[in-house]
Amino acid sequence: MAEKKFNALPGFGLTMGFTLFYLSAIVMIPIGALIVKTLGIPWSEFWRLATTERALAAYKLTFGASFIAALANAIFGTLLAWVLTRYEFPGRRIVDALVDFPFALPTAVAGLTLANLFAANGWLGQYLVPFGIKGAFTPLGVVIALTFVGMPFVVRTLQPVLENFEREVEEASATLGAGRWRTFISVIAPSLMPSIITGFALAFARAIGEYGSIVFISGNLPFKTEIAPYLIVMRLEEYDYAGAMTLAVVLLAFSFVMLAVINVIEQWANKFAK
Amino acid sequence: MAGITKRQFTAGRAKSQRGTEESPLAKWTLISIAMIFCVVFLLLPLVNVFAQAFSKGWDVYWQALTHPDAWAAIKLTLLVAAVCVPLNVIFGLAAAWAIAKFEFRGKTLLITLIDLPFSVSPIVAGLMFIVLFGLQGFFGEWLRDHDLKIIFAVPGIILATVFITFPFVARELIPVMQATGTDQEQAALTLGANGWQTFWHVTLPSVKWGLVYGVILCNARAMGEYGAVRVVSGNIAGKTQTMPLRVESLND
Repeated sequence: MAEKKFNALPGFGLTMGFTLFYLSAIVMIPIGALIVKTLGIPWSEFWRLATTERALAAYKLTFGASFIAALANAIFGTLLAWVLTRYEFPGRRIVDALVDFPFALPTAVAGLTLANLFAANGWLGQYLVPFGIKGAFTPLGVVIALTFVGMPFVVRTLQPVLENFEREVEEASATLGAGRWRTFISVIAPSLMPSIITGFALAFARAIGEYGSIVFISGNLPFKTEIAPYLIVMRLEEYDYAGAMTLAVVLLAFSFVMLAVINVIEQWANKFAK
Repeated sequence: MAGITKRQFTAGRAKSQRGTEESPLAKWTLISIAMIFCVVFLLLPLVNVFAQAFSKGWDVYWQALTHPDAWAAIKLTLLVAAVCVPLNVIFGLAAAWAIAKFEFRGKTLLITLIDLPFSVSPIVAGLMFIVLFGLQGFFGEWLRDHDLKIIFAVPGIILATVFITFPFVARELIPVMQATGTDQEQAALTLGANGWQTFWHVTLPSVKWGLVYGVILCNARAMGEYGAVRVVSGNIAGKTQTMPLRVESLND
C-alpha cells in the first residue's frame, strides 16, 4: 500500500463537481435517453429492425471497410512515425505538420476532395481507373476515405513512444550479434505493439462512426456502398424513429466495446512498462 | 536548441551506433514508401481542395463566398464555435485539474467516460438529441407548449457540436497536467498565493501549449462537424445551415 500523500491543493470539490455535472448533461443523459427510449421497442421488433438484409449489408461494409482502413493505418502509420522520428530528410518537418491535416479538414470537404481525386477524370483516377481501380462510388472509396480520416491516430500515438525509446536496448541487441531486422522484430516491435494497437483501435472506432467523408465518395447505394450511419439518417428522414434508434444502439454498443478494449490494452501496456 | 544538441550528440556517436542503424538502402526505401503514402493521402487532397475552390477563377469563388446564404452560414458556424470552444475549455481545465492533481477512486472510469464521445458516431450523437428534444422526444411536448425550439434550430446545433468536441481540450490537458505534478502549486500555496492565483500564475502557464493545441483541434472539429449537425439542424439555408452543410447543398 502506497502511503497517502498530503495534498493541500484547493478546488477538488469545485472542479470535480463541475466535471461530473457537465459530463452528465452533455454525454450521459443523452446516451441514457437513447438507450431508455430504445428499451421501449419490443425485443422481437428490435431484433427484426437490427437484422434486416439492408442493415446487415451496411454493418458488413462499415465494419469491413473500417477494419481494412485501420489496418492500413496501423502499417503505414507505424512506418510514417518511424521515418519521422528516426530519420533526417528534406521536408520532414512539413510532413510532420501535415499529419494533423485530416483532423483539421472538415469531413465533408475531405469526402468531396477524395471523390474528386479518384473520379475517372480526377488527378489520380485518370491513371487508376483504366487499371480497374475505381476509388469513387465503390466500397474501395469507403476504405480510402476512412484511411484518410484515421491516419493521424497511429502516427500520433506512436511518435512519443518512439522518441522516448531507449537506444541502449537496441545497442545491446546489436552487441549480442542481432542484425537490424532481428532487433526490430524481437526488441523494438514488442514494445511498440501496445501503442500500435491503441492507435489501431482509435482509428477503427472513429471509422465505424464516420459519416461526413464517406457520403460524398461512396454513392450510398443500398446493399453495395451504404454504411450503417447513412442508413440511420435514411431511417430518420423516413420518420422511422424505431429503425433509426435500433441501428444507433447497435453502433453505440460497439463503441462501448471498443472503449473497453482500448482501456484493457492501455492498462496491460502500463503493467508491461513497469 | 534541442535539435542541434541532439544532432551533435548523434554525430559524435555515429561510429558506435553502426549496429543500431539501417543500411542507407533500407532507410531510403522506408522514407520513399512513407512519402508516397503522404503524397497520395495528405498532399494531393490538400492541393486539390484549393485547386477545386479556384478552378473557375477568383470571381466565381468570390461570388460563392458573398452569397447571402453563404454569409449566414459563415456567421452561424462562427457562433457555434464561439459557444462550444469556451464551454469545452472550461470543462477541460476543470476535469484536468481534478484528474491530474488529485487521487480518487474511479479515475480510470471517469477518463473513459470523457473519451466516450470520440467513439460515438456523430449520427448517433445527433439522434440522441432528437430523442431528448425532438417532437416525439422526452421533452418534445413541453418544449412545444412553451414555444421553444431546440431541434431544427441553433441550440440543437450547438448541443450536438458540444458533444462531438467534448473530449478534445480535456484529452490534451490531462497528460500535460499529470506530467507537471503538484510540487509547483504546493510551493505557490506555501508562499501565500490563493487557489486562483496559483492556477493563473503557476498551472496555466505550464500547460499553455497543451491548451492551445486542444483549442485548435476543438475549434477545427466544431467548425467542420457535418454528421451530427446535419441530423439536428434541418439544414434551412440562411437559418440553420452551417458551412459544412452549405458545402453539401451546393454539391447536389
